[in-house]
Amino acid sequence: MNVLVVLIPVSLVLGAVGLIAFLWTVRSDQYDDALGNAARILLDDDNNKPADSEN
Amino acid sequence: MMSACPACAAAPLAEDIALACPTLQFSLPTIHCAACIGKIERGLNILAGVRSVRVNLSMKRLSIEGAVDPKQIEAALSDLGFEAYPLDLDALNAARDDQGKTLLLRMAVAGFAMMNVMLLSVAVWSGAADATRDLFHLISAMIALPVVAFSGQPFFQNAWSALRVRRLNMDVPISLAIFLAAGMSLFETLNGGAHAYFDAALSLTFFLLIGRYMDHQTRSAARSAAKELTALEVQTAERLTGDSTQTISVQNLSIGDVVLVAAGSRVPVDGELMSEAALMDRSLLTGESAAITAKAGDALQSGEINLGAPLHLRATAVGEDTSLRRMAALIETAENGRNSYTALADRAAQIYAPAVHLLALAAFIGWVAVTGDMRVALNVAIAVLIITCPCALGLAVPAVSTAAISRLFSEGFLVKHATALERLAEVDHIVFDKTGTLTTASVDLSGVLSNLDKAIAKSLAQASQHPLSKALVAVSRDVTAAKVTDIVETTGQGIQGIHGDTPVRLGRGSWLGAEFTGFGLKIGDTPAQQIEVSESLREGVFEALNAVTLGCEIVTGDSEGPAMNVANRLSLPVTFKALPKNKLDRLKTLTQQGHRVLMVGDGLNDTAALVAAHASIAPSTALEASRNAADVVALKSSFAAIPLVLSVARASRSLSKQNFTIAALYNCIAVPIALAGFATPLAAALAMSASSITVLLNSQRIRFV
Repeated sequence: MNVLVVLIPVSLVLGAVGLIAFLWTVRSDQYDDALGNAARILLDDDNNKPADSEN
Repeated sequence: MMSACPACAAAPLAEDIALACPTLQFSLPTIHCAACIGKIERGLNILAGVRSVRVNLSMKRLSIEGAVDPKQIEAALSDLGFEAYPLDLDALNAARDDQGKTLLLRMAVAGFAMMNVMLLSVAVWSGAADATRDLFHLISAMIALPVVAFSGQPFFQNAWSALRVRRLNMDVPISLAIFLAAGMSLFETLNGGAHAYFDAALSLTFFLLIGRYMDHQTRSAARSAAKELTALEVQTAERLTGDSTQTISVQNLSIGDVVLVAAGSRVPVDGELMSEAALMDRSLLTGESAAITAKAGDALQSGEINLGAPLHLRATAVGEDTSLRRMAALIETAENGRNSYTALADRAAQIYAPAVHLLALAAFIGWVAVTGDMRVALNVAIAVLIITCPCALGLAVPAVSTAAISRLFSEGFLVKHATALERLAEVDHIVFDKTGTLTTASVDLSGVLSNLDKAIAKSLAQASQHPLSKALVAVSRDVTAAKVTDIVETTGQGIQGIHGDTPVRLGRGSWLGAEFTGFGLKIGDTPAQQIEVSESLREGVFEALNAVTLGCEIVTGDSEGPAMNVANRLSLPVTFKALPKNKLDRLKTLTQQGHRVLMVGDGLNDTAALVAAHASIAPSTALEASRNAADVVALKSSFAAIPLVLSVARASRSLSKQNFTIAALYNCIAVPIALAGFATPLAAALAMSASSITVLLNSQRIRFV
C-alpha cells in the first residue's frame, strides 16, 4: 500500500504536466489552423520561414 | 487552485496576437491542399519587401507581413492561379475569439481531471475497499470539486439566468445533475459510502463542454463569416480637398464633401454628379445589364460602379442615410422575424428539460414511499438525473452542424445563419436572379479578331484595372499576350501602346475614331474593330441546374431581350422587368402555394426577396446589403456546388434526427435501470460515454455526403 503514497502524487504531477503543456499549445495559437497543419506535413521543404533564410 | 491557473494563463492572449498583427490579409476561397500552401508561400516569398507569408488553410486566408503593395500581391496570386480578395484589417481585428479559447481551456481542464479521477475510480470499481476506497474518493474529491467549479461555469451561468426569469432551459438539468452528483459524492465520501459519482460529474462536464465548444465554433464561424464579408469591402473613399486627394474611411465623409470615384470602383455614398457625364453600371441596384449614362447634376447611389472616366461627386447622404445602409437596416429588422424559426435542438430541449426533472422527482418520491430511506431515494434520483442528462442530446446537433459547416466551407460556401442548414434542407423551389447571379459581364472575342489581334488586345488589357479590361483578360486565358511597349492609359477612354512599329489602341469607339460607341480595338491605320460586350453564364450554372431536381425559375429586373436569351439557354421560365416589389410578390405567391423557396441573388433589388425567402444564397461579388441578407455566401465564382449545399443540408438534418434517436434509445435502456436503483457509477460512466461517442461518430458521416 505504501507504494500508493508515491504513485498517486506521481500520476497527479504527470496529469498536471500534460495540462500545462496543453495550455501552452492553446496560448501559442497552435489550434488556429488544424487543416493547414495536417497538410503542411506533405510539403517538401522543412523550412517554415524561407524569408529568414534569404536574409 | 486549478481554476485560478488557466484563467491567468489565458489573460495575455490578446496582447500576443495584437503584436503579431500582419499587415495584409487576403481571402483565398479556392485553396484546398498542401500544394496550394506551398505554391502560394514560395511564390510570394520572392516578391520584394515581403517579410513573411503564412497561409491559413482552415480559414482559407493569407497573411503577409512587410511593406508591399496589395495590388502587386493580388497580381502575383492571380498569376499563380488563385482567386484572391483583399480583406479589411480593421473589420477583422474586431472579431477575435477569446470566448472560444476560454471554452477550450475549460474543456481541457475537465478532460484531464476526468482522466485522473477515472484512474482512481477504476481502482475502486476493481475492488478497493474500506480505507483505500475512502482515500481514493477523497483524492477524487480534491481534484473534482475545484474543476467542476471552474469548468461548469458556462452551464451554471446559463441555468441561473434562465431560472432568474423563471424559465427552464437545457442547462438547468445539467447544472442540477452536476451539483447534486458532486455534492452527494462528497457527502458519501465523508461518511465512508461505497458509491461516489465524481467521475460521472466530470465526464458529464467534459462531454457537454465538447458539445458547447462545437456549438460555439459553429456560431463563431457564422459570426466571423459575417465579419469576413464586411472585410471584403475595403471601405475607403478619395476625398478632394482643394487640388489634393486624401484617402479616408467612408464613415468619416460628411455631406457636401467632394469625392473622387476612380474608374472601375464603386460609388461609396449617395451623391450628385459634378463631372460632365459618367457611364455607370447599375446592375447590382436594378438588375439592368446595360450601362447607363448620367449627366452633371444627376443623382448617383452608393453601390453603382463607375465604368467611365474618374468622376467627381458631391455627397448628399452619408453614413447610415445612404440608400445602401437604409436597405441594410431594413434587412436587419426583417431578419429578426426569421429568427423566430427555432432550431431543432432548442425545440428538443423545451420538451426534454421538464421531462427529466419530473422523472427524477418521481423516482425520489417513489423510492421514499417504498423504502422510506431518504438517502437511497436521493441516490436513485441523482442517478436518474445523471444518466438521463443530455450529453448525447447536447452533442447531437452541434456535432453535425460543425462538420457540415466546415465541409461546406471547404467547398467555398460560408454559412452565416445558425438555422440556415435546417431551412435549406426544407427547400423545394429555387428562384434565381439573372444579372450578376446567373450571368457575369464578359467580352466576346470569338468574332472578327485574328489571333494576333487577340494577343495585342490581351497585352493592352492586362495593363488596366477597368472592368472590361479584366473581363477581356479573363476570356483570353489561352492567348499568349503580344509584346506591346510604351503602354499608356487614358483614363475612361482606353489604352494605347506600340506593337513592333504600329501604334495599337484598345478602348471606346469614339476615342478610336470609329462609328460605334462601344468597346473596340484599333491597330495602326486599319479601321477599328468592335468587340462585343455580352453576358456570359456564370461558371458552373449548367452543372448546378442539371444536378438540382427542384423547380427553378428566373426573376430579373433586366429587359426582355437579355432575359429571354439567358432563359432560353437554360430552358427555365422567366419573369423580366421585375421591380424589387415584383420579386417579393413572386416569392409570396410561391410561398402561398406551399413552396419553400431558395432565393439566389446578388443585387440591391434582390435583398427584399433574399430576406423573404425560406433560405437564400448570394455570391461574394454581391453588394454588402445582399450578402448580409443571405444565409449562405458562395465565395468561389463557380456555382457548380450549389446542389452539394442542398444535399449537405438535407444530410445534416437527417443525421441530427438520427442522433436524437440514438440518444433516446440509450435513455430507453438506461432510465429503467436507474429507476430500479441498479445504476452504479460505473454503469453511468459507461452509458454516458458510449452514447456520446456514438453520436459524435455518427455525425462524422456528413463528410461522405
